[in-house]
Amino acid sequence: MDRRSTRAFAAVVLALAVALAMGLSPLASPSPDGLERVAADTGFAAGERTHAVQRSAPAPDYAFPGIGDARLATAVSGFVGTLAVFAAAHGLALVLRRRRRPASP
Amino acid sequence: MHIPDGFLDGQVAAAAAVPAAAAVAYALRRAERDLDERRVPLLGVTSAFVFAVQMLNFPVAGGTSGHLLGAALAAVLLGPWLACLVMTVVLAAQALAFADGGVTALGANVLNMGVIGALTVGLGMAVAVRALRPGRTAFLGMAAAGAWLAVMLGALGTSVELGISGTAPLGAVLPAMLGVHALIGVGEAVVTAAALGAVLAARPDLLALRPRDAAPAAARVGIGAGA
Repeated sequence: MDRRSTRAFAAVVLALAVALAMGLSPLASPSPDGLERVAADTGFAAGERTHAVQRSAPAPDYAFPGIGDARLATAVSGFVGTLAVFAAAHGLALVLRRRRRPASP
Repeated sequence: MHIPDGFLDGQVAAAAAVPAAAAVAYALRRAERDLDERRVPLLGVTSAFVFAVQMLNFPVAGGTSGHLLGAALAAVLLGPWLACLVMTVVLAAQALAFADGGVTALGANVLNMGVIGALTVGLGMAVAVRALRPGRTAFLGMAAAGAWLAVMLGALGTSVELGISGTAPLGAVLPAMLGVHALIGVGEAVVTAAALGAVLAARPDLLALRPRDAAPAAARVGIGAGA
């Protein structure tokens, strides 16, 4: 199939991803996830540490900085994060493509 | 199952990072070969999609939640090696930008979700699809099983790492992790099958793994509904 129609499909997937991250993440269950729950029940949850690099993480725990409302902060993190991950991965794909050996079938 | 820092012994975290780094390095080299024009846009949007669905925690039993993993979905769409790259990009972004999953634990998380989840289960599914040549329904069933397995094996890896680290006794953490992730895996299986069903209906030619009766790209044109 041609590039244009693959791009159209890709655009739909990206739009869906952004919509899900923005729209549904504020509604996500706040309960601890599987590992966190096991950590709490088994008693090793207190061992968690934050790496120095993460202390200056822009949006720890998906709370986008500078936004008062917690759910809105999550939604914005979803929006920005999804697009940022797309940009990083797409950039990687472009770099890798450029390094393809010529005359590969 | 993102392991934060502080849960793993430093040496265990470092040891886990070695196979993870090796797999990623090889995946990058293979990508130079495997990343054809059609797949280039798919790598970015699949990563975005996996990131997005990983934000969506859903309740499972008693005060616990799970989130989708996306490893099997990525593997069916892009193949096991590119799927490993997808998971790595997502995990790195999560650790660095959102403090979700540790930094020293990143290798372990990539090992559990990228190498065990996406790559190994992806390779298994690829072998199974090639050997069994399933029709559409069986294919979706296999993808669902692969999705569930990816979650379970990732949980297994996590448990073993915690056990070897001395953080928790394996006898306590293993059944607990497998138990809760067996439930989470059901959600993963359902969503994976649904998403792949949609892609199969719309653009079967874009799947790296596909059923034997998927309409090839050329034949799709001009056929009515349900191609």
